[in-house]
Amino acid sequence: MLAYIVRRLFAVVVMLLVVTFVTLSIFFLIPKMTGSDPAAMFVGKQADPASIEGIRQKLGLDEPILVQFWHFVSGIFVGRDYTGGGDTIHCAMPCFGYSFRTEQEVSTMLADAFPVTLSMVIGAAVLWLVLGVSTGVISALKRGTIIDRAAMITALAGVSLPIFFTAMLAMLVFRTQLHWVDATYVPISESFGGWFGGLLLPWVTLAFLYAAMYARLTRATMLEVLGEDYIRTARAKGLPEPVVLGKHAMRSTMTPILTIFGMDLGALVGGAILTETAFSLHGLGGLAIKGVSERDLPLILAVTLITASCVVIANLVVDLLYAVIDPRVRLA
Amino acid sequence: MTAPLHETSAGESTATVVGAPDAPGTPDNSGTAKAIQGRSPWQIAWTRLKRDKLALAGAFVVVFLILVAIFAPVIVGLFGHPPNDFHEDQIDPLFGTPIGSWGGISSDFLLGVEPVNGRDVFSRIVYGARISLLVAFLAAVFAVFLGTVLGIVAGYFGGWIDAALSRVMDVMLAFPQLLFTIALVSVLPNELLGLDGSGVRIAALVLVIGFFGWPYVGRIVRGQTLSLRNREYVEAAQSLGAGRLYILRRELLPNLIAPIMVYATLMIPTNILTEAALSFLGAGVKPPTASWGQMLSTAITTYEADPVFMVIPGLAIFVTVLAFNLFGDGVRDALDPKGSR
Repeated sequence: MLAYIVRRLFAVVVMLLVVTFVTLSIFFLIPKMTGSDPAAMFVGKQADPASIEGIRQKLGLDEPILVQFWHFVSGIFVGRDYTGGGDTIHCAMPCFGYSFRTEQEVSTMLADAFPVTLSMVIGAAVLWLVLGVSTGVISALKRGTIIDRAAMITALAGVSLPIFFTAMLAMLVFRTQLHWVDATYVPISESFGGWFGGLLLPWVTLAFLYAAMYARLTRATMLEVLGEDYIRTARAKGLPEPVVLGKHAMRSTMTPILTIFGMDLGALVGGAILTETAFSLHGLGGLAIKGVSERDLPLILAVTLITASCVVIANLVVDLLYAVIDPRVRLA
Repeated sequence: MTAPLHETSAGESTATVVGAPDAPGTPDNSGTAKAIQGRSPWQIAWTRLKRDKLALAGAFVVVFLILVAIFAPVIVGLFGHPPNDFHEDQIDPLFGTPIGSWGGISSDFLLGVEPVNGRDVFSRIVYGARISLLVAFLAAVFAVFLGTVLGIVAGYFGGWIDAALSRVMDVMLAFPQLLFTIALVSVLPNELLGLDGSGVRIAALVLVIGFFGWPYVGRIVRGQTLSLRNREYVEAAQSLGAGRLYILRRELLPNLIAPIMVYATLMIPTNILTEAALSFLGAGVKPPTASWGQMLSTAITTYEADPVFMVIPGLAIFVTVLAFNLFGDGVRDALDPKGSR
């Protein structure tokens, strides 16, 4: 087991390094290939040559990409000093970079944004897991009935709706027309009611899309499981139906769903860009958009890394859980 | 997704039957007792698909949309105004909203006008179909090609090739696709390799969406190949002295076509949503070229005053994606050997 964990952790670290390197390369190699100056790009059009030069030196854009890569990675563990253009900016550990646009350490910006995204995703996840799985199970058990067909058509419609469209529709109906909710984010430490009310629409919107996906997945998995021999055996030996379904069928149905759930949760915590943009929430996804639109390289690098980390760590946790449940996994 | 398998050895002949109607009234001597005829898996699938009303409806809408995209200039010439023309006379100068009610829908402007500059929404929706479908199709083709080739290679050769390719797929799946794409597009120049603004963006969208899509196909194809490569008929071919390439092409690929086809059909709606999302975030085709996602991102500032302009592109995306999903689900059910429906 220990060897398995070590091996997986090693893979995770390598994967994160690759993601960082690729992101850095985009901003290093593409401007170079197409002949534009990355430093000028990051400062903006009106900048004078001196400040462009300062940024160039501070970001180390003239250095080989591997050196830049090293500076970034070592900064996370020991902090980093940006020197150039006559001044030095110190970025304390853990340094995910320094945003010259906002004159802030990126780690501060990340820390501000993280609770917003986390609140949104956790609330939605609870909703969609309950709603999606129960709909899927009921549909599978009532296969072919009107309930099943209605649920599956709703689910298909749900996965066919772009989330930013659903978000706008929800806001139009429930905020603009009915005035039921106020869609502005309030930290939970300030007011629980405000936090709840502000996040209700994002929760429902996000949960609708994911519940639709999970209902489809649950139904398909459940139907497959119900056709297995061991379910027939369980019934044949006279087990009551609730035990057959609850104990035998549900257990195997939940395994693939938990896998997907781990991955989805990781990906969303790392930044639900579309939902946050549509609801004007300032979470990690909003930060990502800000970084791109303002060409804030340190910010983009950091958010990409955080997003990828969330996905990879979620995958790791799911895999480790599997290894605990199923001994075949760690031997493979 | 459970990938259907066709374990018939008639791999060589099946590929040519794809989509061909199974000629129901084969010249069977009408008087004599009907001989029991074997049906190929493709014929069974086709019969099932024909019975699936929802899938047929989906297919019908898909064909309609493809025709709309192809004949966009003709349709707009007949029923609309050029997509990039401003009609400020249709706009209330004070609020920037359409003068007419319901977003300015009239016999002249079938789906109303855009707020502020008064462009014809109908024309922009029709032209937007081109971008949506073009990007989604090309990206799916790219992803399926790359995924099939690399998946087969990984599954068939195994060893370090498999390990390396599987790691690459893992990294790709962990990569934040939307963020990566908008970052990439933001540093793309306006002109590249002889392509102009929108051309560069379309090429970039196809490549990026396709490139992030192949690992999904790759994983499925790899898994299938792994389970197929030790089958008796592959061993039989090997023992008869068949080379690796021959086995890949003639023994494995035909048995992989069904899962690949299902995945490709279901990938198109996903790609349409991704393209819309990227356009919504400003990383799609460049304005003034019309795209549905970009119309929605324009609408985000005006939808409270002019909801119609937000609902129409949203419905366009919804209907298109739904139609592809219905058809894709139908194809999947029809090709599923366990399915009975």
